[in-house]
Amino acid sequence: MIEMLGERFTYAVIIILMMVGLYALIATGNLVKRMVGLTIFQTSVFLLYISMGKVFGGAPPILPYYEIKNDSLDPTALYSNPLPHVLILTAIVVGVATLAMGLALVVRIREAYGTIEDDDIAEADYSLELEKGV
Amino acid sequence: MGAHLILRVVAKLLIPLIFIFGFYVHFHAKYAPGGAFQAGVILAAAVIVYGLIYGMDAARKAVPPWAARVGMALGAFIFAAVGFVSLIFGENFLDYDVLHPDVEHARGQYLGIILVEIGVLLTVTTVIIAIFYAFAGRSPEITEEEW
Amino acid sequence: MSDPILLPAALAAHAPALLVAVPLILSTVAAAQPSGRFAWALAFISAAVAFFCAIELFAATRGEYAIVSYAMGGWEPPFGIEFRIDGLNAALLLLLSATALVTLVFGFSTVEDEVDPDKRSLFYSAFMLCFSGLSGVAITGDAFNLFVFLEISSIGTYAIIAMGWSNDRRALTASFNYLVMGTIGATFFVIGIGFLYMATGTLNMADMAARIAELPGNRVVEVGFAFILVGIGLKAALFPLHLWLPNAYAFAPSFVTTFLAATATKVAFYVIIRFSFDVFAIDSGFVQNALTYVVTPLAIAGMIIASAQALFQADARRLLAYSSVAQVGYMLLGLGIATAAGVTAGALHLLNHALMKGALFMALGAFFYSYGVRRIDDLKGLGQAMPAVGGAFTIGALSLIGVPFTAGFISKFYLIQAALQNGWWWAVVAILAASVLAVFYCYRMLVALWVNPKPEPEHLPNGHVRKVPLTILVPLYVFALANLYFGINSEFMVDMARIAAEAAINGGVGR
Repeated sequence: MIEMLGERFTYAVIIILMMVGLYALIATGNLVKRMVGLTIFQTSVFLLYISMGKVFGGAPPILPYYEIKNDSLDPTALYSNPLPHVLILTAIVVGVATLAMGLALVVRIREAYGTIEDDDIAEADYSLELEKGV
Repeated sequence: MGAHLILRVVAKLLIPLIFIFGFYVHFHAKYAPGGAFQAGVILAAAVIVYGLIYGMDAARKAVPPWAARVGMALGAFIFAAVGFVSLIFGENFLDYDVLHPDVEHARGQYLGIILVEIGVLLTVTTVIIAIFYAFAGRSPEITEEEW
Repeated sequence: MSDPILLPAALAAHAPALLVAVPLILSTVAAAQPSGRFAWALAFISAAVAFFCAIELFAATRGEYAIVSYAMGGWEPPFGIEFRIDGLNAALLLLLSATALVTLVFGFSTVEDEVDPDKRSLFYSAFMLCFSGLSGVAITGDAFNLFVFLEISSIGTYAIIAMGWSNDRRALTASFNYLVMGTIGATFFVIGIGFLYMATGTLNMADMAARIAELPGNRVVEVGFAFILVGIGLKAALFPLHLWLPNAYAFAPSFVTTFLAATATKVAFYVIIRFSFDVFAIDSGFVQNALTYVVTPLAIAGMIIASAQALFQADARRLLAYSSVAQVGYMLLGLGIATAAGVTAGALHLLNHALMKGALFMALGAFFYSYGVRRIDDLKGLGQAMPAVGGAFTIGALSLIGVPFTAGFISKFYLIQAALQNGWWWAVVAILAASVLAVFYCYRMLVALWVNPKPEPEHLPNGHVRKVPLTILVPLYVFALANLYFGINSEFMVDMARIAAEAAINGGVGR
C-alpha cells in the first residue's frame, strides 16, 4: 500500500488537491471562497500536466548556444517534455481570466444584493419572485 | 508626507527598480527563463504598489484608465496584426517566416516572436492594471440607495 | 481546396484562418473605442466575413470525404495546430455565422434598449470574442486548442450574460453559476485531454484517432473519454448537468439569449460527436456502451423531465430555456442511436432547433421591446396588439411542437425513423411523450397570446408602447420563414445533416 502510494506520490497529491478544490466549491456558500475552490481545482490539473512533462534525468529543453555553434550537440541527451509546460502556460492565463471574470461578478453581486452568501442571495431572489410572481 | 513616511520613501526607491527588473525579465527571456507574461505582471506590480501607497488618484494620474483600456486592446491587436501581415504576404496565418528573407536561420520567426511578445507585454501589463483599477477603484461600502 | 465560389482565390485559401481571426482582431478594435454603433458595425462586418468564409468552406466540403486542412503558422500537422473542416463542422460553421449575422441585425435596436451606453462597445467586443471562440471550437483539429477556444467563448459568454443585470440583477448570479459550472466542465475536458495525451503523445485529433486505434482496451484512454464526455456534457446542458442554462437564458439580454440558444449548446454537441465518432472509434466497445447506457437514458430523462419542468415556468424565456434542455435531449438521443441515420437526425435537429429557438426568442425580445414584459401572464392579448410578431412566434412554437410542414416535424420524423431502425420503440414513446408535453407548454403561451383581448396601454409596466422596428421584424421573419421553408422543402437541410453524419461516422479525421 505504502509502496504503491510512494510510486504514485504526485498523483496522490493531485487527487487530494482536486478533491479539496471540488469540496470547497460545493460546501461553501460564500462566492469568494467558491472562486478559491475553483482555482485550487484548476491548479491540480495544471500539476497533472506538469508532472506528465517530467522526464527522469532530463535537462531543461533548451539547446545550449555554444553546442549549436560548435555543432557538438549530444544526440543522446535527455530533455524534459516542454509541450505540457506550454499548454499549462496557456491554461494558467485562461484560469486567471476566469478568476478575474468571476471576482468581477462577485463584486457586482455584492453591490446589487449587499451580500456574497449564496443563501442570502437565494432568499432575496425568492422574496422578489414571491412579490412579482416571476 | 507624515504617515507612512518609510513606506513612501522605500516605494519611491523600489518602483524604478521594479520597472527595470520587469524590462530585464522581458528582454532577457531570449537567454533565460522569463518572457512577456512574467514581465507584464512585474511592470503592473510596480503601478499597483504605487497605487497602494500613494492612493488610487495618484495611480490614475500615472496610468489613466483609458490608457489601460486602449493598451489591452492595442496589445492584442499587435498580436493579431502580426498574423495578418503573414496573410498579406501570401503565407498562412501567423507564419512569421515572411517577416525576414533569411529563412534558413529562422530570422523571421525570431522577429515575429519579438513583435508578438511586445503585444503580450502591453496587454498583460494593462490588463493587470485594469483589473486592479476595477477592484480597487470601487466605493468601499455600499451606500443606502445602491441596495 | 476546390474552386472558390464567392471569395477571390487568394482569400479563399485562408478562409479557415479569417473565419476565426477577423472577429478576434476586430474585437480588440471595438474594445478600444467608445461608440456602441461603431462597435456594432465592426461586429456586423466580422460576422459577414465569417459568413462568406463559412459558405466558401461549406462549398469546398460537399464532395465525398472532402476535407479542408489549414496549417496555422505554416507548421504542418500533427506538430502544428491544424484547422480541419469536413462536412460536419462546415455545416456547423455555416449555422454559427448565419445566426450571428441575423441576430446582430436584431441586436441593433434591442442592445441599445437593454445595455448601458458606456458598456455597449465592450459588450460587442465580448460578443465577438464569444463568436470567434465558438467558431474556433468548431473549426480546430487540435484537442488542446479546442479547450482554449472553448474558454475564450465561455469567458465572452459570461460577460455578455451578466450584461443583463441592468434589467434584472439575477443575471449576475446566473452568470456566476454558469461561470463556476462552465469552468468545472472545461477543466474536466482538460483532464480528459491530458489522459489522452499521456496515452498517445499527441494533441492533433486525426493523429490521436490513429494512435487510439492501436490501443484497444487501454484504461487511460477510456477514463479520458469519460472525462471529456462529462466536461462537454456540462457545456452542452446534458440533462443532469443543465442547471446553469435556464437562468442564464432567462436573464441575459434578448440578443444574447437568441444567439446562445441557437449556437452555444450546439457547438458543445458537435464536440461530443467529434470525440465519440472520430477521435474514439464508435466500434470500440466503451464508446458504444457510453452512448447506449449513459447518454441515451440521460437524453430521454432530459426530454421528459425538462419538458415537464417547462410546463410550470412563469417566465416565458425560462420556459423556452427548459425546452432547450429537452431539445438537447432529442439531439443526444440521435447520437445515442449511434447509427448513420441517428446521427443524421441529431444533426438535423441541431440545425432546425437553432431556427425555431431563434424565432421564438426574437419574438419574446420584440414583446419586451414594445411592452417590457417577460412573463407569460403579461403576454396576454399581445398577439392581437402585435400580430406580425405574434405570427412569427406562433410559427416558431408550432415548429417546436413538430407540426407537419415545419422544420421541427422533419427532424422528429427522422429521429423516430432512426429509432425504429434500431428497434428502439421505447425511444419513440419517449419522443412522442415529450412532444405532447411540448404541445402543452406551447399551448399555454399561444393561448395567452391570442385568446385574450388586446391589452389596455395604461396597464403597461413601462408606460408607453414602442413600435417594433424593421431591424427586429426582418431577422425575426428570416428565422420564422426558414422554419416553414425547411419544413416544406427539406432536402437542403437533410443533405447537409446526412453529409455531416457521414463525415462523422466514416471518420472525417483521416480514417
